[in-house]
Amino acid sequence: MTPQAKAFLDKAMPLVSAIGLFLVWELVCRLFAIPDYLLPTPSASFAAAWTYRDAIWMHALQTLLTTLAGFALAVAFGVLLGVAVGSSRAVYRAANPLLIGFNSVPKVAVVPVLVMWFGIGTVPAILTAFLISFFPIVVNVATGLATLEPELRDVLRSLGATRMDILLKVGFPRALPFFFASLKVAVTLAFVGSVMSETVASNLGVGYLMMSASSRFNMPLVFAGLLVIAAMGVAMYAVFSLIEHRSTRWAHRGGDTL
Amino acid sequence: MTAFVDLDRVTLRYGAGDTLALSETTMKIAKGEFIAVVGPSGCGKSSLLKLVSGLMRPSTGTVIVNGQEVTGPLKIVGMAFQNPTLLPWRTTLDNVMLPMEIVEPHRHRLRKARAEYEERARAMLASVGLAGFEDKFPWQLSGGMQQRTSLCRALIHEPDLLMLDEPFGALDAFTREELWAILQNLWTKRPFTVILVTHDLREAAYLADTIYVMSKRPGRIVHVRPNDLPRPRNLETTFTRDFTDLVHELRDHISAVRAAEETLP
Repeated sequence: MTPQAKAFLDKAMPLVSAIGLFLVWELVCRLFAIPDYLLPTPSASFAAAWTYRDAIWMHALQTLLTTLAGFALAVAFGVLLGVAVGSSRAVYRAANPLLIGFNSVPKVAVVPVLVMWFGIGTVPAILTAFLISFFPIVVNVATGLATLEPELRDVLRSLGATRMDILLKVGFPRALPFFFASLKVAVTLAFVGSVMSETVASNLGVGYLMMSASSRFNMPLVFAGLLVIAAMGVAMYAVFSLIEHRSTRWAHRGGDTL
Repeated sequence: MTAFVDLDRVTLRYGAGDTLALSETTMKIAKGEFIAVVGPSGCGKSSLLKLVSGLMRPSTGTVIVNGQEVTGPLKIVGMAFQNPTLLPWRTTLDNVMLPMEIVEPHRHRLRKARAEYEERARAMLASVGLAGFEDKFPWQLSGGMQQRTSLCRALIHEPDLLMLDEPFGALDAFTREELWAILQNLWTKRPFTVILVTHDLREAAYLADTIYVMSKRPGRIVHVRPNDLPRPRNLETTFTRDFTDLVHELRDHISAVRAAEETLP
């Protein structure tokens, strides 16, 4: 194979695998004559997406904005907490068990509580997205700050650097790749949170759309919803991956991004 | 003559088990003197550096630097370690400039005098053979180049005291010998006080005015050997009779230290 063909194949690989998955799925549905109400074919799902495009667009936009709002909260809160946990041993000792305990609680169990407090709708969805996505940000920012080499700390301290100096000159730049890596994970988790909450308690968003479609046995539309969520997740992941690569080039040494 | 660095019966214990890292260590280092501390690994050599630079406090005894007892991190110190600890997101030049962003009074003058300071950093990099590498990132440099950058960073703010903790330990023999000459050169141009910790006896013999041999657990100075080989020393020096005799003598002391440990219960 020529190098050009190899490079082309490398670029086309994600597309090839996606198309391959849809082909297998379509074939399995047709070969085994699986009825639509159990597993619709991808072609039927895409057709449903086209038929209901206006409704899907509205609900998808709602889900996207809800997710991004929750995610923005998670970034702000996650960075603050991550800095506190990563730069102070006392805070780390105090916060760690609480954080782990909190993260172990299934967020779907928290949704009813949020609904009691804020009613059904957008607010619990934003908060669920926030609650589910801040943890990886905290952990990664804290790890980036806490793994500073002791020798480097000694070099800086023997120059008379304050804690703030060390944080600004070394801590933050060092933690940046960790931070961006966590954003990619967190944004996909945020979708999980918002859709989950919409499914349980909302009358807007892709989650609600899917619930109401399944109650009418419109499985192609349910799967259209799933595909839309997956597409939004992939798109957001790609956006943050690109930002990560642009702003922390030194950590990748010009290599390719993941 | 008053000593620039004066350790008076310094003992250091740490940990719950009261591990004795250093015991009754007394040293007097003159201003501008280049001393080397040699000894088997784990003999508290690095603790010694931390004590002098104020990163650790002694359990008993006093550490006096420049006439004042050390009670917190000193601000007149440059440091370099076996690991060059450069910041990977900064270019070579920006890495060398780091101390200027932290040490007073440079820190406050930096905005106005950046061009002047950068010129100084470039000149320094050129003097260690790194002209043309100012805009490269650390991962684009070889190990020896990274270590030279680390030396420049340790010296750019013209500290009175330079601490070197096995700075050339991870380099190949040729690069190491090259860096001995570079370090000697820098020190001759602007004499500063150097404490070099190493377990390379040839390195100590090449560079130091005075060599301290330490025993291990607890670390204690068992021998002080002035080194009056003529300066500037070069690679030829290392093949002279006097040089090899000195290395042999040091070697015997180290062997004695190690043998003494093995006979301990």
